[in-house]
Amino acid sequence: MRIKDTLENYAFVAPAVVIFSIFYLIPFLYVFQLGMFEWDGILPTKTFIGLSNFIEIFTQDKIWWNAMLNAGYITLIALTFQNAVAFLLALACDREIKMKNFYRLIFFIPPVLSEVVVGLVWQWILDGNYGMFNTWLRGIGLPGLAHNWLSDPNTALTAVAIVHCWKGFGWGFLIFLAGLQTIPRELYEAARVDGANAGQSFKNVTIPLMIPVAVLVGILTILGSMQAFVLIIAMTGGGPAYHTEVPVLRILASMRASSRFGYACAQGITFGVILVAISFIQYRFSKKERA
Amino acid sequence: MRKFYLVSFAICIVAAGILISGCAPHGSKNANYITVWHWMTDREAAFMELAKRYEAKTGVRVNFELYAPSDAYSQKVRAATQGNTLPDVFGILGEKRDFGAFIRAGHILDLSPYMLANNSEWKNQFFSKALAVNEFAPGNNYSTPPGIYGVPIDVMTIQMLYNKDLLKQLGFNKPPKDFAEFLEIGKKIKEAKMQGLVSGWGEVWMIDCFANGYAFNIMGKEKVLNTIKGKVAYTDPDWVKVLSLFKDMQDSGILATGLVTMINKNAEQLFANSRAVFAFNGSWCVNVYKGMNPNLNYGAMLPPKVSEKFPMSIWGGAGSSFMVNAKSGKKEEAVKFLQWLTGKEQQQYLAEATNNLPSNKNTLNKLPEVLAQFAGAIESSTHPNVWGVSEFPAVIEAFDKGIQSIIIGEKTPEQVAQHVQSVKERELAKKR
Repeated sequence: MRIKDTLENYAFVAPAVVIFSIFYLIPFLYVFQLGMFEWDGILPTKTFIGLSNFIEIFTQDKIWWNAMLNAGYITLIALTFQNAVAFLLALACDREIKMKNFYRLIFFIPPVLSEVVVGLVWQWILDGNYGMFNTWLRGIGLPGLAHNWLSDPNTALTAVAIVHCWKGFGWGFLIFLAGLQTIPRELYEAARVDGANAGQSFKNVTIPLMIPVAVLVGILTILGSMQAFVLIIAMTGGGPAYHTEVPVLRILASMRASSRFGYACAQGITFGVILVAISFIQYRFSKKERA
Repeated sequence: MRKFYLVSFAICIVAAGILISGCAPHGSKNANYITVWHWMTDREAAFMELAKRYEAKTGVRVNFELYAPSDAYSQKVRAATQGNTLPDVFGILGEKRDFGAFIRAGHILDLSPYMLANNSEWKNQFFSKALAVNEFAPGNNYSTPPGIYGVPIDVMTIQMLYNKDLLKQLGFNKPPKDFAEFLEIGKKIKEAKMQGLVSGWGEVWMIDCFANGYAFNIMGKEKVLNTIKGKVAYTDPDWVKVLSLFKDMQDSGILATGLVTMINKNAEQLFANSRAVFAFNGSWCVNVYKGMNPNLNYGAMLPPKVSEKFPMSIWGGAGSSFMVNAKSGKKEEAVKFLQWLTGKEQQQYLAEATNNLPSNKNTLNKLPEVLAQFAGAIESSTHPNVWGVSEFPAVIEAFDKGIQSIIIGEKTPEQVAQHVQSVKERELAKKR
């Protein structure tokens, strides 16, 4: 009877385990295995080279680490600027304002648009010759600022990062808004009865209760921003030179341009481990803060 | 509970069935049905029309399956090699090294016996340069058995284009005859606040193509190939001279602003709308410009020479080629279809419908003016896939990205040459 119960329990869990194994665990292990081979993705034969690919990434591939830094910069801007905007807008829409459903809809439009389309449209807006942004700058009497935003190494990465924020702030907005709406209104009323003003209510009620939501948004922002690449392909292709290269573009370059599938797999594993580590550190840090 | 077990079991069976059927070889076993994979969106309608004609003539249905963009197509073909799901006919995008790997893995049929049959009747109808891209010579560096492995369906050359009206506005009735005159025009363009040369230099391979032409012109083919073989360093004065051309062009004002991140589609729009004086583009552009601006008044020319010592070269040869799946059960039918597709009448139709240069040299009599200029440059064409040696991808990337750095004023030609040479030495050491 007990064995039957155990088997039944396993039977319930088995479909999820099988699906998780087929689509996540086995591919991950296979990619890790491929990372230890020199393979062009075509020939059936692969040459085992141990950890050489990983050693090359850590000791020789300066472009890879430069791409990591670029992704880090985009992530930093997204974590601060994008999430600040998302939180402020969520706060605004959480109040009893007119047409708040309309605003919610508008703010959520960018995330649902195709990244390629967004990239191409912004490339056109920021174009140095016929772009709308430069025309606008000239129109408001700032012709000195007009230049080619995406071809200038000093502005290309920031321009891409800001477009990435524009594209992604809607997700943060939605999650923050959902979080704000779960805060019991009684807490604000109690604070008011205790003599707290709006600022004190925000500091002592809203912020502490929003920390778990902020952690979630933060982790999602890190994962999304570090992996950004479609927008970058559409806007700059990684250029000028290596100024907007990001890790996923380097993985693609290893696969497509160099036909080094094994190396691309090693890059993918390294990147994945770094992302998990960053998310874990952030989670632990925020847990400590909450405590 | 029994119902649950039954449902679970049924789901597992269905899932297994789907997985197993996904591993089955692609295409039906019906001999009257050929599947062709391609990436050429601009030729889709023409291919469909030709498929209809072939079916009416032979009763064999040809199913053209389009997978675009080309990057996605490339990955699909590679993935299909692992699952043995390649179609009867397909094309390969990539370098000769990858082409060789497909052959060594047994995915591509050697077409030499068909090409050489009846006194090389089929082979002789193609431009030799178009066929060369698909050929592996005995003792080649790719360890690939010698043979002809692909059928060119069109040819292409990549040249310089000039807008006749804009040049006239600047006071020039003819295109520049040499590089010095080209730079002079650049100064006039800068004064007139116009845009000079546009091209897809954001997609770095076009920079490589432009630079290689000048490398051939400045130092000759032999020295370029010796550099690839590792016998000449990229720090050689001739290579520095090649890199310096980009600084000279940037300083003169001939390069359009934003060129380093410009994709070819944008460059084509700018040139077609008469917003740029020069363009560097392939012969496929004739069809593109026609669609964007049928009244565009332009001509094609070889990039202006720097030196008289060696001839100017441009990239060219086979534009697109089709290969026959060596593991297909319908090899003979596939070869017959390709023989028909490259026949004079079909090639004429393809050239007219798509404005691409036909691979069949007997079809060149009725071409529009600009396309004829592209065709005339075939003799000056070369391509890395016919050099017999391949540069390391990391070196090509360092070279092309280095040129972008020169254009944006971040590095000098000497610094780029040093960096490219260091990457080359690292790759050579790795190979050893």
